[in-house]
Amino acid sequence: MVTDVLDFTTREIDFEFGEEITPHLEELRTCIQCGTCSASCPTAYAMDYNPRQIIAALRAGQWERVLRSNTPWLCASCYYCAVRCPSGIEITDLMYALKRLAIERGIYPKGSPVLYQAFTGIVDRYGRSAEMELMARYYLRTLNPWGLIKMAPMGLRMLLKGRLPLLPHRIQGRRELAKMLDYMRERGKK
Amino acid sequence: MTAYTYYPGCSQEVSNRAYDLSTRAVAKALDIELEELKDWNCCGTSPSYSIRELPTFVLGARNLALAERQAGSSDLVTICNGCFAMLEKTNLRLKEPDLGRRVGEVLGVAGLKYEGSIRVRHLLEVLVNDLGEELIRERVTIPLEGLKVAPYYGCQFSRPEGRYDDLEFPRAMDELLSWVGAEVVDYPLKAACCGGLLMTTHEEVALKLVRDLLRTAIDRGADCISTCCPLCHLNVEAYQGQVNARFGTHFSLPVLFFTQLLGLSLGLEGKALGLGRELVSAADILAPYSVVASREV
Repeated sequence: MVTDVLDFTTREIDFEFGEEITPHLEELRTCIQCGTCSASCPTAYAMDYNPRQIIAALRAGQWERVLRSNTPWLCASCYYCAVRCPSGIEITDLMYALKRLAIERGIYPKGSPVLYQAFTGIVDRYGRSAEMELMARYYLRTLNPWGLIKMAPMGLRMLLKGRLPLLPHRIQGRRELAKMLDYMRERGKK
Repeated sequence: MTAYTYYPGCSQEVSNRAYDLSTRAVAKALDIELEELKDWNCCGTSPSYSIRELPTFVLGARNLALAERQAGSSDLVTICNGCFAMLEKTNLRLKEPDLGRRVGEVLGVAGLKYEGSIRVRHLLEVLVNDLGEELIRERVTIPLEGLKVAPYYGCQFSRPEGRYDDLEFPRAMDELLSWVGAEVVDYPLKAACCGGLLMTTHEEVALKLVRDLLRTAIDRGADCISTCCPLCHLNVEAYQGQVNARFGTHFSLPVLFFTQLLGLSLGLEGKALGLGRELVSAADILAPYSVVASREV
């Protein structure tokens, strides 16, 4: 019994992941659970499950538990885990894939994707990022006016130094950009 | 004159204008032609990649397609680690037949096409590898002698690909700064993480990372930190007040873009390098190297 559970090198993968994870399934088989990823991760201490545990949980079919955890959202994308993994697993990209799967399934810790969605909305509209609008939208959507107030002293100093962008820069090609985004949206291309 | 296509990146438009200004000033002084990519858009960016895949690669691919169409150089030079990593990832992934076809189909809707001829590069690596030691040394007019600098690369200068430098202990900035006379301190956290966007979503976690970066730089005797990424720069520089409030520390360590330090050594004026926009003033430590000060002597 125990051998059966642990032997992921031969066992059929019998659990349902989204297409987001599918490219990583073969990689997950090769994990030797050494923990190098977790030991290399600068934010693992704050994660519900560290990266090694995430891979173990995925192999045990516990994807829902994985998506409910804060782990993918605490990945700062530093790639230490990926470059050190002795099995060559692209763990950072797995974390990105988990975030996308979480969005697709609608399962994530409350509020986690808000900044990412606000950012993406701005980029889609203007073609470029607009930091001021991003912060305003983020703190409004997270209903966290205190966050905005806490930022005020730094914001004011940035403003005085000419470092606070008040208006967004719009690219000329934003119509063609919108055309491409609409094309993907209408055809459900993700 | 060597020519490159230049991709500034969104952060450089206002909040880190100093990085863009100093990049252009340094390039001019070194006879490098940086031709800005016309109508460039967001690189695709990590927040977008976190929630959708195809549109992210389409954003990146539009830039690559525009760069190809602009002719000039096949090297697209970035100054932001985030842009560099994302555009490089896009460039690599587009070689996968399936993804390449799907992105190509969408680009076609806007009348664009990408043949795969562009090479994505980072200015820091370009200066060290293409210009090299001899050329840079001979342009130095004000050596940064006695200035102790902690070279801070952050994550995505050499990770994940490591194509141009060591994955964990990159050397390019160490070399460049030593060529212009600075004393480069041994900085073990040189490629550690600044927290990136976690500074907004999980402030406590990111503040701790920045505290460690600052404390280690000071322990190693640095007068300042030199960065090659606008997000690292923002976290390590502008958030020092928050770090101090959170941990009861008293950090006041100047943080400069490597292009600003290089520019000073080439005899460029502070204003042309965007100096004076720091939240932590660098005026005192840079006074001995400014053109004005040296003229007064």
